[in-house]
Amino acid sequence: MGLHTPLFLEHQRLGARMVPFGGWEMPLHYGSQLEEHHAVRREAGMFDVSHMRPIDIDGADATAFLQYMLANDVARLTASGKALYSCLLNEQGGVVDDLIVYSRCNGRYRLVVNAGTAEKDLMWLNAHCSSFAVTIQSRPDLAMIAVQGPEARAKTLPLLPAALRAAAETLAPFFSAELESEQWFIGRTGYTGEDGFELMMPAAQASDLWQALLAAGVKPCGLGARDTLRLEAGMNLYGHDMDDATGPLDAGLEWTVAWQPAEREFIGRAALTARRTDPARRELVGFILIGAGIMRDHQLVLRDGVVVGEITSGGFSPTLERSIALARIETGIDGNYTVDIRGKAVAARLVKPPFVRNGVSRIEL
Amino acid sequence: MSTVPTELKYTKSHEWVRDDGDGIVTVGITDHAQEALGDIVFVETPELGRIIECDEAVAVVESVKAASDIYAPLAGEVIAANTQLADTPEAINTSPYDLGWILRLRVRDNGAFDTLLDAAAYTQIVAEEG
Repeated sequence: MGLHTPLFLEHQRLGARMVPFGGWEMPLHYGSQLEEHHAVRREAGMFDVSHMRPIDIDGADATAFLQYMLANDVARLTASGKALYSCLLNEQGGVVDDLIVYSRCNGRYRLVVNAGTAEKDLMWLNAHCSSFAVTIQSRPDLAMIAVQGPEARAKTLPLLPAALRAAAETLAPFFSAELESEQWFIGRTGYTGEDGFELMMPAAQASDLWQALLAAGVKPCGLGARDTLRLEAGMNLYGHDMDDATGPLDAGLEWTVAWQPAEREFIGRAALTARRTDPARRELVGFILIGAGIMRDHQLVLRDGVVVGEITSGGFSPTLERSIALARIETGIDGNYTVDIRGKAVAARLVKPPFVRNGVSRIEL
Repeated sequence: MSTVPTELKYTKSHEWVRDDGDGIVTVGITDHAQEALGDIVFVETPELGRIIECDEAVAVVESVKAASDIYAPLAGEVIAANTQLADTPEAINTSPYDLGWILRLRVRDNGAFDTLLDAAAYTQIVAEEG
């Protein structure tokens, strides 16, 4: 049996199909994954993401510590409340985890990391903090709900604590606000390619918000829809598209590596610098299947009949109604691509993700 | 609770089998199976005339989650496949015992039909899986 989030009883009440995920028992869907997917693209859906872990980084050296730990540069967070996506790298340039870092007032930060990697991340952060004046505080006491979709903000705003509402209403994309006295935190961020919020609050208050959102017509959505939504949005999933052995340059994440200023030392920098010109470097690309079938993780990708890589995230796109995938392949000239689906070479077209953003297809079918 | 029609026979791997007479059977997957798989988005049906052995993988049902093999409950020849599933794979979710049928077989050994599980035995297996 896995760990339970503060919303476990809500999931049971809604008849969710529960599955193990990252050490937790989480909802896969509440009946139809496809309907949940469409609700987020067309109206509003909500996800219990309390399995993900907030980690607060405070202290005089918080900025310097994160500049050393993260491949992206928190110095880019010039405004309080701004958020940044980054990889946490190991010395070999592999990805320990990917995360969002929010800047908070007075030079403090909040990281939100993946569920299955949270303990590993904490060990990694703690192993490197001795020469910095920082405190690292894990926040498993907070629950997290993501509300996503074109109607997500309008449906969420009236349900927020009054003192947070005005700030939430004017929040720009990729910014956060908080009501520290009540331990409420809101970011205009997400993992679906739609507008919306990610909300953190004390665990004991999560059920009330969940029920209020439900009453407002926000559809509960499980991990299944979360995965098809992020895949359509062209967003990486840790453990699939990158991992401890596969770094950001081979995972379509070079845009998250802050090379400037050149004098900023960060863990993994030397390895990444070498990898930039390494002929073995691969690239993460998108595919849309032309023939019949569904691409799945680890299926081989062929260019003109020669294996050049494999699918890292494959599945069915409910919006495009065909199979899409992210794949890691050898760089090179273009050719005719096929994917080996159970021994059959099925034609696929190389495309540039995202596949879908804000409810609209970005790919010509 | 999923439905298990008493007039059908079943396999441990969650296929249902209907006796159409004259040595012909229709095969699909059970209500329990479709529920476990989730939304079905693609079905690969076999070519007509294919000769198959019992327990051989004969079709593939792909849900949003994963691909699942469908096994031949009996040995025989494929004489029909539900081509409607190419456009409406979700029929397996909404109508697993009717519109969601997958293939028809002319069975090699007529007596083999009786060796399949009846509804009570299949219900027991589903219950044991929890």
